[in-house]
Amino acid sequence: MLSGTLFTVGLIGVVIRRNMITVLMAIELMLNAVNINLVAFSHRLASLEGQVFTIFVITVAAGEAAVGLAIIIQLYRLKSTINVDEARTLNG
Amino acid sequence: MTPAFAVFLLVGTIAVASSILVISMRNPVHSALFLLLTFLCVAILFVMKDAEFVAAVQVLVYAGGIMVLFLFVVMLINVRHLPDEKVLSNFWKGGFAVGLGLFILFISVVRPGVYHDERLDKGRLKRVSERIWTESRKTPGKFVYRRVHRTNANSEAVGMALYNDYLVPFEVASIFLLVAMIGAIVIGKRELSAVEEETAQQFILDRVETEKEVKEAMSA
Repeated sequence: MLSGTLFTVGLIGVVIRRNMITVLMAIELMLNAVNINLVAFSHRLASLEGQVFTIFVITVAAGEAAVGLAIIIQLYRLKSTINVDEARTLNG
Repeated sequence: MTPAFAVFLLVGTIAVASSILVISMRNPVHSALFLLLTFLCVAILFVMKDAEFVAAVQVLVYAGGIMVLFLFVVMLINVRHLPDEKVLSNFWKGGFAVGLGLFILFISVVRPGVYHDERLDKGRLKRVSERIWTESRKTPGKFVYRRVHRTNANSEAVGMALYNDYLVPFEVASIFLLVAMIGAIVIGKRELSAVEEETAQQFILDRVETEKEVKEAMSA
């Protein structure tokens, strides 16, 4: 329930915002919702797999944030904007 | 209504409210601070679900690492926002529609109270299964592996699971982190040659101007 709400807020945030940094934050929100779900079901089923998977999800989130922010910095140097709508070309 | 449920409702409400504020704030710094609040609330929820190690990792990695990364980038990219600039992207109607549809789907599938029962074995999350050498009963003097279960802290149980059953994924995750780090460095660095040429020309221009000024001052 809570996880679904948080995931929905994250999804809406990904789609509707123009600022790219905020879009990355919304992706982190979605990953957090998934983590809540994993830990809750790990508690419910009394098994540790959910918590181990949560740790892997956190690892992937860290790597994704690093690479995404590097891409944003490079895009800002290239086009001096971090607007999602204006970054539509693939070749610089 | 048990106290745990009351705490869950309070913390969950704070988490959802601050997550809504994350995506509705105009300033990215404010968004980042509300994201921090959401992470801390989620960590409290993890503690309530007997996942202390994951909660600690959450606070350290998210609140400590990723938030600092976000704030660094926000300060590196110093975009001045005009007050009347629009916040939403061009696809906001479709985005709201998709989000609302997904939310209705979640609500209809997960009704509150469906997955709640009290029959669960609470000790299993804190039980460590370990293989140790013990003396065999049949043939004295010979040692065999035997699985031993004992109750212990959650972080030790997670560590045992991580290093015994999930050793290969763990190593793959470490290689993934290395690749992500190298990729971020390669993507994030600026092309050195272009920058050097630019700064060199600028430097020469500055020198010429200052020499002119010095000559003018000398002749005057």
